[in-house]
Amino acid sequence: MTGAEDQAEGPRARPDVVLCPGGPMLVFGDLVVEDAAGEQHRTHRPVSAVCRCGKSASAPWCDGTHKALPAKLRP
Amino acid sequence: MLTPKARGPLSAALLDALHGTERPSWDDLAPADEDDLQLSLWTLYELSFRGFDDVDPALEWDPHLLDLRRRLERPLEARWRERAADVEVGEPFADGLMQLIEDDDGPSLAAVVQRDATREQVLELLRWRSVYHLKEADPTSFTLPRLPVRAQAALAALQYDEYGGGDPARLHRHLFALGMSDAGLRPDEGAYVDDAPAIVLEQNNALSMFGLHRRLRGASLGHLAAFEATSSLPSRKMASGIRRVGLPDSLAAYYDEHVEADAVHEQLAVRLICGTLVEDEPETRTDVVVGAFTCLDLENRFAEWALERWAA
Ligand code: FES
Repeated sequence: MTGAEDQAEGPRARPDVVLCPGGPMLVFGDLVVEDAAGEQHRTHRPVSAVCRCGKSASAPWCDGTHKALPAKLRP
Repeated sequence: MLTPKARGPLSAALLDALHGTERPSWDDLAPADEDDLQLSLWTLYELSFRGFDDVDPALEWDPHLLDLRRRLERPLEARWRERAADVEVGEPFADGLMQLIEDDDGPSLAAVVQRDATREQVLELLRWRSVYHLKEADPTSFTLPRLPVRAQAALAALQYDEYGGGDPARLHRHLFALGMSDAGLRPDEGAYVDDAPAIVLEQNNALSMFGLHRRLRGASLGHLAAFEATSSLPSRKMASGIRRVGLPDSLAAYYDEHVEADAVHEQLAVRLICGTLVEDEPETRTDVVVGAFTCLDLENRFAEWALERWAA
């Protein structure tokens, strides 16, 4: 069966943070993000996307704006 | 919900079969047109979701109806595969898939809603969209038990968010229903199916077909990836257009929620779901691409249809 090898060894545990090329940082679980101004924002969903491009209108959360940026300005 | 109105000889015969008044021979019947075809298939698929108040639930697994469903599915699946035949996705697969979706440059209904659609046009669009939004995320749930572990864990996380993190008040399809109701529209599932053009039913049928067949799990997840990755920015435009024409804030809030939610979901769907699925089950690669392309292609065809109608 496909994937059997993977299942026999057990998949690696998922990381707590995933850096998405050209896009946000995914964070899993309930945590508090402090932004550059020192303001604290608590996550409110099982997985959250923290903006890395600095252009989100919903900062600190990603709102997809990174996709409108030229490649060299993307994280 | 009640069964929709027939749109031709095939859907009329199907409704007779569903109401138990006839047992038509499918050999003698062909869909009259796209409306008759898509409505018939949509009606058959709904038996596997919340069903119809005027149809015996046991008919979901009736071999005679499943025979018709298969007859309608085959040419439609072939159509979608053919339209996607020349699509190529580079490696690494997740990056290639994201690129394919980002490169899509079809017309944007959300941009028109944001800038210049009339209130009546926005309401019309909401009625068409309601066919899916009132069962949002449901077709993809059928894919969940058919996945290898990594894709399954990531899809479960995504669906949990779609379903409000366990809170009915935050469940996406419920948020949409509340917004519809506040806007003076009917919030019950299927309320506007009779108003939906064939292309909207085809969009819904793609989701249902991909979701209901284990064989098509790759297409189901590819569709999910394209859907989520074309949602954040358009949702912001939808929310602003809805406020511009003075529709209720609860409706705009449904789209606000999708700006942030889908910025998360697109990464989950493209990288942690489709990316790992194709690594663990490489035979699904082509279907992931077919599913993603079908989502983009159907939305573009729908947008063209709607813009033409509004321009007339
Ligand atoms: S990383 Fe997505 S908006 Fe900044």
